[in-house]
Amino acid sequence: MLLGPSLLLSAVLFTIGVVGVLVRRNAIVLFMCVELMLNAVNLTFIAFSQVLGLGGQVMVFFVMTVAAAEAAVGLAIILAIFRHTRSVDLKNINLLQG
Amino acid sequence: MSAEVVFYLLAAFAVVSALLCITQRNVLASALWLVSTMFSLAAIYVLLQAQFLAAIQVLVYAGAVMVLFVFVIMLLNVGRSASDIRGLPVRVIALLVGVGLLVQLFLLSRVTPGSLAGGVGIPAGAGSPLDAFPAGQAGADAPALQGVVGAIAEPLFRDYLVPFEITSILLLAAAVGAVVLAKRRL
Repeated sequence: MLLGPSLLLSAVLFTIGVVGVLVRRNAIVLFMCVELMLNAVNLTFIAFSQVLGLGGQVMVFFVMTVAAAEAAVGLAIILAIFRHTRSVDLKNINLLQG
Repeated sequence: MSAEVVFYLLAAFAVVSALLCITQRNVLASALWLVSTMFSLAAIYVLLQAQFLAAIQVLVYAGAVMVLFVFVIMLLNVGRSASDIRGLPVRVIALLVGVGLLVQLFLLSRVTPGSLAGGVGIPAGAGSPLDAFPAGQAGADAPALQGVVGAIAEPLFRDYLVPFEITSILLLAAAVGAVVLAKRRL
């Protein structure tokens, strides 16, 4: 069944994603950490879909679609910011900091 | 080798790759370690009886999305830059947040239908969770009856048809938005 170990692995991967978002300053790496968190959630959905029915696998389908759309738009925004500041480091992206 | 041994090997590989992904200084190496994590997760999906989603994981995530990331990294030429990992105070705070979150998620994963039922005074049901959830039993039988893809296609196009159509609008909006944002001038 592997439900318990899957949930544990999912928790560990999600935590690694959160720590990555907190410690890195590169906007692209931040996006990759968000993808890691989405993958961890997908693993939870798939682990539970063994027990609770195939609706969970359909949800994973939707999460993947949203992640693909998010990556495309997010990377376009990073591209536009890079053109403006010549950097993807968050410490240089402080126009709204007041 | 039993499925458990394979699962734990792949899980260890996924966790180590994820840790390397967030600690590598080179952004490109970071992206490639993330691809490695996604491949391990795809293999784990096969172990969890989700073969179609494993294929989609490799095609969409490890393929399309990560190629987009690598493309942008190479386009911006930010691969070899100074370290962007924050200083010691932030690292300590991040570690504390991470440990707290991990403990919370671990406690949450201990909650089972049986323990919830025990909490409200109903005797915890014995036996497999598949007995408690008829949909789960139907879901477990579906791949044998309809094939792996058919078992997902049926709920997707029957119960989730409207969300599926809305997803196509979302993708169209994302494609148009990405072009508009990345273009120099319209």
